[in-house]
Amino acid sequence: MIAVIDYKAGNLTSVVKALRFLGADDIVVTQSHTDVLRADKIVLPGVGHFRATQSLYDLGLTDAMREAVAGGTPFLGICVGLQWLYEGSTESPETPGLGCFDGKCERFPVTYEDNELKSPHVGWNSIEDIRADSRLLAGIEHGSFVYYTHSWRAPLSADTAATTMYGGAFTAAVERGNVMGVQFHPEKSAETGLQVLKNFLAL
Amino acid sequence: MLTKRIIACLDVRGGRVVKGVQFVDIVDAGDPAELAHRHARGGADEIVLLDITATHEGRGTLLETVKRTAEGLFVPFTVGGGIRSVEDARAVFEAGADKVSINSSAIARPELIGEIGESFGAQAVIVAIDARRPEARRAKDSGDPVGEAEVFVSGGRKPTGLRVLDWAVEAEARGAGEILLTSMDRDGVRGGFDCELTRRVSEAVQIPVIASGGAGSAAHFAEVFLVGKADAALAASIFHFGVTDSWALKAEVAAAGVPVRLGSRK
Repeated sequence: MIAVIDYKAGNLTSVVKALRFLGADDIVVTQSHTDVLRADKIVLPGVGHFRATQSLYDLGLTDAMREAVAGGTPFLGICVGLQWLYEGSTESPETPGLGCFDGKCERFPVTYEDNELKSPHVGWNSIEDIRADSRLLAGIEHGSFVYYTHSWRAPLSADTAATTMYGGAFTAAVERGNVMGVQFHPEKSAETGLQVLKNFLAL
Repeated sequence: MLTKRIIACLDVRGGRVVKGVQFVDIVDAGDPAELAHRHARGGADEIVLLDITATHEGRGTLLETVKRTAEGLFVPFTVGGGIRSVEDARAVFEAGADKVSINSSAIARPELIGEIGESFGAQAVIVAIDARRPEARRAKDSGDPVGEAEVFVSGGRKPTGLRVLDWAVEAEARGAGEILLTSMDRDGVRGGFDCELTRRVSEAVQIPVIASGGAGSAAHFAEVFLVGKADAALAASIFHFGVTDSWALKAEVAAAGVPVRLGSRK
Protein backbone atom coordinates (compact mmCIF):
# COMPACT_ATOMS: atom_id res chain seq x y z
CA MET A 1 0.00 0.00 0.00
CA ILE A 2 1.22 3.48 -0.88
CA ALA A 3 0.31 6.18 1.62
CA VAL A 4 -0.07 9.61 0.02
CA ILE A 5 -0.08 12.07 2.89
CA ASP A 6 -2.89 14.62 2.81
CA TYR A 7 -2.13 17.56 5.07
CA LYS A 8 -4.27 20.09 3.23
CA ALA A 9 -1.34 21.59 1.36
CA GLY A 10 -2.69 21.84 -2.14
CA ASN A 11 -4.10 19.45 -4.58
CA LEU A 12 -3.19 15.76 -4.56
CA THR A 13 -5.21 14.72 -7.59
CA SER A 14 -2.34 14.94 -10.09
CA VAL A 15 0.10 12.94 -7.96
CA VAL A 16 -2.42 10.19 -7.33
CA LYS A 17 -3.39 10.06 -11.01
CA ALA A 18 0.22 9.70 -12.09
CA LEU A 19 0.86 6.86 -9.61
CA ARG A 20 -2.33 5.10 -10.77
CA PHE A 21 -1.32 5.57 -14.40
CA LEU A 22 1.91 3.73 -13.59
CA GLY A 23 -0.04 0.79 -12.23
CA ALA A 24 -0.12 1.54 -8.49
CA ASP A 25 -3.66 0.56 -7.57
CA ASP A 26 -3.35 0.30 -3.79
CA ILE A 27 -3.10 3.98 -2.90
CA VAL A 28 -4.47 5.45 0.31
CA VAL A 29 -4.76 9.22 0.62
CA THR A 30 -4.48 9.61 4.34
CA GLN A 31 -3.91 11.65 7.48
CA SER A 32 -3.66 8.58 9.70
CA HIS A 33 -0.43 7.59 11.44
CA THR A 34 -1.46 3.93 11.42
CA ASP A 35 -1.65 4.07 7.60
CA VAL A 36 1.82 5.61 7.58
CA LEU A 37 3.21 2.84 9.76
CA ARG A 38 1.73 0.01 7.70
CA ALA A 39 2.51 1.58 4.30
CA ASP A 40 4.97 -0.05 1.90
CA LYS A 41 5.83 3.36 0.53
CA ILE A 42 5.14 6.92 1.59
CA VAL A 43 4.65 9.92 -0.69
CA LEU A 44 4.58 13.40 0.83
CA PRO A 45 3.43 15.91 -1.78
CA GLY A 46 2.86 19.54 -0.99
CA VAL A 47 2.68 22.91 -2.60
CA GLY A 48 2.37 26.31 -1.07
CA HIS A 49 3.70 27.56 2.23
CA PHE A 50 6.19 25.67 4.43
CA ARG A 51 3.96 26.62 7.39
CA ALA A 52 1.45 24.04 6.13
CA THR A 53 3.81 21.26 7.23
CA GLN A 54 3.00 22.27 10.81
CA SER A 55 -0.13 20.16 10.52
CA LEU A 56 2.05 17.05 10.07
CA TYR A 57 3.05 17.56 13.70
CA ASP A 58 -0.43 18.48 14.77
CA LEU A 59 -1.79 15.28 13.18
CA GLY A 60 0.87 13.15 14.85
CA LEU A 61 2.32 12.18 11.48
CA THR A 62 5.87 13.39 12.04
CA ASP A 63 6.76 10.69 14.53
CA ALA A 64 5.01 8.06 12.44
CA MET A 65 6.99 9.07 9.35
CA ARG A 66 10.22 9.22 11.34
CA GLU A 67 9.57 5.68 12.57
CA ALA A 68 8.58 4.37 9.13
CA VAL A 69 11.65 5.91 7.51
CA ALA A 70 13.94 4.50 10.22
CA GLY A 71 12.38 1.10 9.52
CA GLY A 72 13.34 1.35 5.85
CA THR A 73 10.06 2.35 4.19
CA PRO A 74 10.82 4.15 0.90
CA PHE A 75 9.83 7.79 1.24
CA LEU A 76 9.37 10.38 -1.50
CA GLY A 77 8.86 14.06 -0.72
CA ILE A 78 7.72 16.30 -3.55
CA CYS A 79 8.30 20.08 -3.64
CA VAL A 80 7.50 21.29 -0.08
CA GLY A 81 7.63 17.59 0.81
CA LEU A 82 11.33 17.61 -0.10
CA GLN A 83 11.94 20.83 1.81
CA TRP A 84 10.36 19.32 4.93
CA LEU A 85 13.10 16.67 4.97
CA TYR A 86 15.61 19.41 5.88
CA GLU A 87 15.96 21.20 9.21
CA GLY A 88 13.48 23.86 8.22
CA SER A 89 12.87 26.79 5.92
CA THR A 90 13.27 30.53 6.26
CA GLU A 91 9.74 30.71 4.83
CA SER A 92 8.41 29.72 8.25
CA PRO A 93 11.29 29.73 10.78
CA GLU A 94 9.07 28.58 13.65
CA THR A 95 8.09 25.36 11.81
CA PRO A 96 10.75 22.64 12.13
CA GLY A 97 11.38 20.15 9.34
CA LEU A 98 12.17 16.47 9.85
CA GLY A 99 15.89 17.23 9.97
CA CYS A 100 16.79 14.13 7.99
CA PHE A 101 19.07 16.26 5.81
CA ASP A 102 21.29 19.07 7.05
CA GLY A 103 20.64 22.70 6.28
CA LYS A 104 17.71 25.00 5.84
CA CYS A 105 15.73 25.91 2.74
CA GLU A 106 16.12 29.50 1.65
CA ARG A 107 14.45 31.87 -0.77
CA PHE A 108 15.98 32.47 -4.18
CA PRO A 109 18.20 35.56 -4.10
CA VAL A 110 16.74 38.77 -5.54
CA THR A 111 19.71 39.12 -7.88
CA TYR A 112 22.23 36.67 -9.24
CA GLU A 113 25.48 37.69 -10.93
CA ASP A 114 24.22 41.29 -11.09
CA ASN A 115 21.01 40.34 -12.86
CA GLU A 116 17.54 40.50 -11.40
CA LEU A 117 16.28 37.00 -10.61
CA LYS A 118 12.55 36.48 -10.94
CA SER A 119 10.86 34.50 -8.22
CA PRO A 120 9.00 32.14 -8.12
CA HIS A 121 11.02 29.82 -10.35
CA VAL A 122 8.30 28.52 -12.66
CA GLY A 123 8.67 26.33 -15.70
CA TRP A 124 10.77 23.60 -17.26
CA ASN A 125 14.41 23.50 -16.21
CA SER A 126 17.05 20.84 -16.70
CA ILE A 127 18.51 18.49 -14.09
CA GLU A 128 22.28 18.09 -14.02
CA ASP A 129 24.98 16.33 -11.99
CA ILE A 130 22.83 13.23 -11.57
CA ARG A 131 24.50 10.97 -9.02
CA ALA A 132 25.40 7.69 -10.66
CA ASP A 133 24.20 5.69 -7.64
CA SER A 134 20.78 7.36 -7.47
CA ARG A 135 18.01 4.78 -7.57
CA LEU A 136 15.33 7.44 -7.93
CA LEU A 137 16.93 8.94 -11.03
CA ALA A 138 18.05 5.70 -12.67
CA GLY A 139 17.81 5.91 -16.44
CA ILE A 140 17.35 9.70 -16.47
CA GLU A 141 19.74 11.57 -18.72
CA HIS A 142 21.66 14.66 -17.71
CA GLY A 143 19.90 17.73 -19.06
CA SER A 144 16.42 16.19 -18.97
CA PHE A 145 13.69 18.75 -18.39
CA VAL A 146 11.36 18.78 -15.41
CA TYR A 147 8.65 21.19 -14.26
CA TYR A 148 9.19 23.46 -11.26
CA THR A 149 7.12 25.98 -9.35
CA HIS A 150 8.64 27.26 -6.09
CA SER A 151 10.31 30.21 -4.38
CA TRP A 152 12.35 28.39 -1.71
CA ARG A 153 15.04 25.83 -2.41
CA ALA A 154 17.11 23.26 -0.56
CA PRO A 155 20.87 23.64 -0.16
CA LEU A 156 23.44 21.40 -1.80
CA SER A 157 24.99 18.61 0.26
CA ALA A 158 26.52 15.18 -0.11
CA ASP A 159 22.98 13.77 -0.28
CA THR A 160 22.07 15.87 -3.31
CA ALA A 161 21.21 13.44 -6.10
CA ALA A 162 20.85 16.04 -8.88
CA THR A 163 21.06 19.80 -9.25
CA THR A 164 19.29 22.49 -11.23
CA MET A 165 20.65 25.93 -12.07
CA TYR A 166 18.58 28.96 -11.17
CA GLY A 167 20.34 31.71 -9.29
CA GLY A 168 23.13 29.17 -8.81
CA ALA A 169 22.79 25.44 -8.29
CA PHE A 170 20.22 24.03 -5.88
CA THR A 171 19.08 20.54 -4.92
CA ALA A 172 16.74 19.20 -7.60
CA ALA A 173 16.66 15.76 -5.96
CA VAL A 174 17.98 14.38 -2.69
CA GLU A 175 18.52 10.76 -1.78
CA ARG A 176 20.02 8.82 1.10
CA GLY A 177 19.05 5.18 1.34
CA ASN A 178 15.26 4.97 1.41
CA VAL A 179 14.71 8.71 1.94
CA MET A 180 14.20 10.69 -1.26
CA GLY A 181 12.83 13.98 -2.41
CA VAL A 182 12.38 15.99 -5.57
CA GLN A 183 11.90 19.74 -5.77
CA PHE A 184 10.26 19.47 -9.18
CA HIS A 185 6.84 18.00 -9.90
CA PRO A 186 7.34 14.53 -11.38
CA GLU A 187 3.58 14.23 -11.94
CA LYS A 188 3.79 17.20 -14.33
CA SER A 189 7.16 16.52 -15.94
CA ALA A 190 6.09 14.37 -18.89
CA GLU A 191 8.14 11.20 -19.57
CA THR A 192 11.03 12.21 -17.33
CA GLY A 193 8.75 12.69 -14.35
CA LEU A 194 6.95 9.43 -14.97
CA GLN A 195 10.30 7.64 -15.06
CA VAL A 196 11.16 9.06 -11.62
CA LEU A 197 7.86 7.88 -10.18
CA LYS A 198 8.27 4.51 -11.86
CA ASN A 199 11.71 4.15 -10.26
CA PHE A 200 10.22 4.95 -6.86
CA LEU A 201 7.39 2.45 -7.32
CA ALA A 202 9.93 -0.22 -8.25
CA LEU A 203 11.87 0.12 -4.96
CA MET B 1 18.69 26.70 -17.62
CA LEU B 2 15.10 27.75 -17.11
CA THR B 3 13.37 27.59 -20.46
CA LYS B 4 10.65 29.75 -21.98
CA ARG B 5 7.34 27.94 -22.11
CA ILE B 6 5.08 27.50 -25.10
CA ILE B 7 1.53 26.90 -24.04
CA ALA B 8 -1.25 25.47 -26.16
CA CYS B 9 -4.64 26.99 -25.45
CA LEU B 10 -7.97 25.35 -26.09
CA ASP B 11 -10.97 27.66 -26.13
CA VAL B 12 -13.92 25.46 -25.31
CA ARG B 13 -17.61 26.06 -25.79
CA GLY B 14 -20.21 23.44 -25.02
CA GLY B 15 -17.54 20.75 -24.76
CA ARG B 16 -15.91 21.52 -28.14
CA VAL B 17 -12.76 23.45 -28.98
CA VAL B 18 -13.56 26.59 -30.93
CA LYS B 19 -11.48 29.40 -32.31
CA GLY B 20 -12.44 33.05 -32.55
CA VAL B 21 -10.83 36.06 -34.15
CA GLN B 22 -10.76 39.14 -31.94
CA PHE B 23 -13.24 37.41 -29.65
CA VAL B 24 -15.87 36.71 -32.35
CA ASP B 25 -16.31 34.47 -35.48
CA ILE B 26 -16.30 31.07 -33.83
CA VAL B 27 -15.25 27.94 -35.73
CA ASP B 28 -15.18 24.34 -34.50
CA ALA B 29 -11.69 22.90 -34.05
CA GLY B 30 -12.33 19.56 -32.36
CA ASP B 31 -12.44 17.55 -29.14
CA PRO B 32 -10.62 19.11 -26.14
CA ALA B 33 -9.19 15.91 -24.66
CA GLU B 34 -7.94 14.68 -28.00
CA LEU B 35 -6.35 18.03 -28.86
CA ALA B 36 -4.78 18.48 -25.40
CA HIS B 37 -3.08 15.11 -25.65
CA ARG B 38 -1.98 15.75 -29.21
CA HIS B 39 -0.42 19.07 -28.10
CA ALA B 40 1.32 17.48 -25.11
CA ARG B 41 2.79 14.77 -27.35
CA GLY B 42 3.69 17.46 -29.84
CA GLY B 43 5.85 19.28 -27.31
CA ALA B 44 3.57 21.89 -25.73
CA ASP B 45 4.96 22.78 -22.29
CA GLU B 46 1.52 23.34 -20.81
CA ILE B 47 -2.12 23.10 -21.72
CA VAL B 48 -4.70 25.78 -20.96
CA LEU B 49 -8.40 25.10 -21.37
CA LEU B 50 -10.67 28.14 -21.33
CA ASP B 51 -14.42 27.74 -21.13
CA ILE B 52 -15.33 30.80 -23.14
CA THR B 53 -19.04 30.75 -22.53
CA ALA B 54 -18.89 29.59 -18.92
CA THR B 55 -22.61 29.54 -18.38
CA HIS B 56 -24.02 28.15 -15.18
CA GLU B 57 -25.77 25.33 -17.08
CA GLY B 58 -22.51 24.42 -18.78
CA ARG B 59 -20.54 23.70 -15.57
CA GLY B 60 -21.29 19.99 -15.57
CA THR B 61 -20.14 19.67 -19.16
CA LEU B 62 -16.98 21.62 -18.37
CA LEU B 63 -16.04 19.47 -15.36
CA GLU B 64 -16.61 16.35 -17.43
CA THR B 65 -14.39 17.81 -20.16
CA VAL B 66 -11.68 18.74 -17.63
CA LYS B 67 -11.77 15.25 -16.19
CA ARG B 68 -11.46 13.63 -19.60
CA THR B 69 -8.69 16.00 -20.65
CA ALA B 70 -6.65 15.57 -17.44
CA GLU B 71 -6.65 11.79 -17.77
CA GLY B 72 -3.12 10.71 -18.69
CA LEU B 73 -1.97 14.30 -19.23
CA PHE B 74 1.39 14.79 -17.49
CA VAL B 75 2.18 18.41 -18.22
CA PRO B 76 0.74 21.35 -16.27
CA PHE B 77 -2.94 21.85 -17.01
CA THR B 78 -4.80 25.11 -16.40
CA VAL B 79 -8.55 25.64 -16.54
CA GLY B 80 -10.35 28.97 -16.75
CA GLY B 81 -13.81 30.34 -17.31
CA GLY B 82 -16.62 30.94 -14.87
CA ILE B 83 -14.61 30.31 -11.69
CA ARG B 84 -16.21 32.68 -9.20
CA SER B 85 -15.48 31.09 -5.82
CA VAL B 86 -13.10 28.81 -3.98
CA GLU B 87 -15.72 26.08 -4.38
CA ASP B 88 -15.75 26.51 -8.17
CA ALA B 89 -11.96 26.30 -8.12
CA ARG B 90 -12.00 23.21 -5.91
CA ALA B 91 -14.32 21.39 -8.32
CA VAL B 92 -11.95 22.14 -11.20
CA PHE B 93 -8.88 21.02 -9.21
CA GLU B 94 -10.64 17.83 -8.19
CA ALA B 95 -11.45 17.18 -11.83
CA GLY B 96 -7.71 17.26 -12.51
CA ALA B 97 -6.58 20.84 -13.16
CA ASP B 98 -3.26 22.03 -11.72
CA LYS B 99 -4.00 25.73 -11.95
CA VAL B 100 -7.06 27.89 -12.44
CA SER B 101 -7.25 31.05 -14.46
CA ILE B 102 -9.55 33.77 -13.16
CA ASN B 103 -10.49 36.95 -14.96
CA SER B 104 -13.79 38.83 -14.52
CA SER B 105 -14.37 37.26 -11.11
CA ALA B 106 -11.02 38.57 -9.83
CA ILE B 107 -11.92 42.08 -10.97
CA ALA B 108 -15.33 41.81 -9.33
CA ARG B 109 -13.86 40.52 -6.08
CA PRO B 110 -10.04 40.70 -5.91
CA GLU B 111 -10.02 38.81 -2.59
CA LEU B 112 -10.76 35.67 -4.61
CA ILE B 113 -7.11 35.56 -5.73
CA GLY B 114 -5.86 35.19 -2.17
CA GLU B 115 -8.67 32.87 -1.16
CA ILE B 116 -7.85 30.30 -3.84
CA GLY B 117 -4.13 30.70 -3.10
CA GLU B 118 -4.69 30.08 0.59
CA SER B 119 -6.23 26.66 -0.11
CA PHE B 120 -4.28 25.54 -3.18
CA GLY B 121 -1.08 27.60 -3.20
CA ALA B 122 -0.30 30.79 -5.10
CA GLN B 123 1.24 28.76 -7.94
CA ALA B 124 -2.24 27.45 -8.74
CA VAL B 125 -3.78 30.87 -9.40
CA ILE B 126 -3.35 32.59 -12.75
CA VAL B 127 -4.91 36.00 -13.13
CA ALA B 128 -5.92 36.51 -16.75
CA ILE B 129 -6.00 40.06 -18.05
CA ASP B 130 -7.68 40.98 -21.33
CA ALA B 131 -5.98 44.18 -22.44
CA ARG B 132 -6.78 46.74 -25.06
CA ARG B 133 -4.76 49.81 -25.94
CA PRO B 134 -6.61 53.15 -26.20
CA GLU B 135 -8.26 53.90 -29.55
CA ALA B 136 -6.13 55.54 -32.19
CA ARG B 137 -7.43 59.07 -31.62
CA ARG B 138 -6.90 58.93 -27.86
CA ALA B 139 -3.57 57.19 -28.26
CA LYS B 140 -2.35 60.10 -30.39
CA ASP B 141 -3.00 62.56 -27.59
CA SER B 142 -1.52 60.27 -24.97
CA GLY B 143 2.11 60.35 -24.04
CA ASP B 144 1.98 56.68 -23.08
CA PRO B 145 -0.57 54.58 -25.01
CA VAL B 146 0.98 51.33 -23.75
CA GLY B 147 0.74 52.44 -20.14
CA GLU B 148 -2.87 53.39 -20.72
CA ALA B 149 -3.90 49.97 -21.99
CA GLU B 150 -7.15 49.09 -20.25
CA VAL B 151 -8.48 45.91 -18.68
CA PHE B 152 -11.64 44.48 -20.27
CA VAL B 153 -13.90 41.78 -18.82
CA SER B 154 -16.84 39.58 -19.82
CA GLY B 155 -15.08 38.05 -22.77
CA GLY B 156 -13.68 41.40 -23.80
CA ARG B 157 -17.06 43.12 -23.96
CA LYS B 158 -16.84 45.41 -20.92
CA PRO B 159 -14.21 48.06 -20.16
CA THR B 160 -13.28 48.35 -16.49
CA GLY B 161 -11.47 51.68 -16.36
CA LEU B 162 -8.49 49.86 -14.80
CA ARG B 163 -5.02 50.28 -16.21
CA VAL B 164 -3.44 46.94 -17.17
CA LEU B 165 -0.19 47.77 -15.38
CA ASP B 166 -1.95 48.76 -12.16
CA TRP B 167 -4.12 45.66 -12.15
CA ALA B 168 -1.17 43.35 -12.81
CA VAL B 169 0.70 44.83 -9.85
CA GLU B 170 -2.37 44.52 -7.64
CA ALA B 171 -3.00 40.93 -8.73
CA GLU B 172 0.58 40.05 -7.78
CA ALA B 173 0.23 41.77 -4.40
CA ARG B 174 -2.94 39.79 -3.77
CA GLY B 175 -1.14 36.54 -4.37
CA ALA B 176 -1.44 35.66 -8.06
CA GLY B 177 1.07 33.03 -9.17
CA GLU B 178 1.20 34.10 -12.82
CA ILE B 179 -0.31 36.68 -15.15
CA LEU B 180 -1.90 35.63 -18.42
CA LEU B 181 -1.88 38.77 -20.53
CA THR B 182 -4.04 38.71 -23.66
CA SER B 183 -3.86 41.52 -26.14
CA MET B 184 -7.35 41.88 -27.56
CA ASP B 185 -5.95 44.08 -30.30
CA ARG B 186 -3.79 41.20 -31.51
CA ASP B 187 -6.01 38.23 -30.65
CA GLY B 188 -6.52 35.78 -33.47
CA VAL B 189 -5.02 37.89 -36.27
CA ARG B 190 -1.62 36.11 -36.26
CA GLY B 191 0.31 39.34 -36.68
CA GLY B 192 2.57 39.00 -33.64
CA PHE B 193 2.23 39.57 -29.89
CA ASP B 194 1.99 42.99 -28.28
CA CYS B 195 5.63 42.96 -27.17
CA GLU B 196 5.66 46.49 -25.79
CA LEU B 197 2.74 45.87 -23.48
CA THR B 198 4.09 42.46 -22.45
CA ARG B 199 7.47 43.95 -21.59
CA ARG B 200 5.91 46.70 -19.48
CA VAL B 201 3.86 44.19 -17.50
CA SER B 202 6.77 41.78 -17.16
CA GLU B 203 8.99 44.54 -15.79
CA ALA B 204 6.28 45.68 -13.37
CA VAL B 205 5.86 42.29 -11.65
CA GLN B 206 8.08 39.51 -10.28
CA ILE B 207 5.73 36.67 -11.16
CA PRO B 208 5.81 35.01 -14.59
CA VAL B 209 3.93 36.68 -17.43
CA ILE B 210 2.31 34.57 -20.13
CA ALA B 211 1.83 36.52 -23.35
CA SER B 212 -1.21 35.77 -25.46
CA GLY B 213 -2.83 37.11 -28.59
CA GLY B 214 -1.26 37.39 -32.01
CA ALA B 215 0.93 34.31 -32.43
CA GLY B 216 1.38 33.55 -36.10
CA SER B 217 4.93 32.31 -36.53
CA ALA B 218 8.03 31.09 -34.67
CA ALA B 219 9.52 34.57 -35.11
CA HIS B 220 6.62 36.04 -33.15
CA PHE B 221 7.37 33.72 -30.23
CA ALA B 222 11.08 34.53 -30.29
CA GLU B 223 10.25 38.22 -30.35
CA VAL B 224 7.88 38.11 -27.38
CA PHE B 225 10.50 36.24 -25.34
CA LEU B 226 13.49 38.36 -26.35
CA VAL B 227 11.85 41.78 -26.71
CA GLY B 228 8.65 41.33 -24.71
CA LYS B 229 10.43 39.60 -21.80
CA ALA B 230 7.60 37.10 -21.54
CA ASP B 231 8.21 33.97 -19.46
CA ALA B 232 5.75 31.97 -21.50
CA ALA B 233 3.67 32.48 -24.60
CA LEU B 234 0.31 31.03 -25.41
CA ALA B 235 -1.35 30.34 -28.68
CA ALA B 236 -4.31 28.44 -29.99
CA SER B 237 -4.91 28.83 -33.69
CA ILE B 238 -1.31 28.27 -34.75
CA PHE B 239 -1.54 24.71 -33.44
CA HIS B 240 -4.93 23.77 -34.81
CA PHE B 241 -5.64 22.45 -38.27
CA GLY B 242 -2.19 20.81 -38.32
CA VAL B 243 -0.29 24.04 -38.97
CA THR B 244 2.70 22.82 -36.95
CA ASP B 245 3.54 21.20 -33.63
CA SER B 246 5.41 22.61 -30.65
CA TRP B 247 8.60 20.59 -31.17
CA ALA B 248 8.95 22.05 -34.66
CA LEU B 249 7.99 25.49 -33.44
CA LYS B 250 10.42 25.30 -30.51
CA ALA B 251 13.30 24.18 -32.72
CA GLU B 252 12.82 27.41 -34.68
CA VAL B 253 12.49 29.49 -31.51
CA ALA B 254 15.67 27.87 -30.13
CA ALA B 255 17.50 28.73 -33.36
CA ALA B 256 16.60 32.37 -32.69
CA GLY B 257 18.49 32.16 -29.38
CA VAL B 258 15.70 31.41 -26.91
CA PRO B 259 16.15 28.55 -24.39
CA VAL B 260 13.25 26.11 -24.78
CA ARG B 261 12.55 22.53 -23.77
CA LEU B 262 13.40 20.45 -26.80
CA GLY B 263 12.53 16.83 -27.29
CA SER B 264 11.55 14.26 -29.79
CA ARG B 265 8.21 13.16 -31.12
CA LYS B 266 6.89 10.16 -29.27
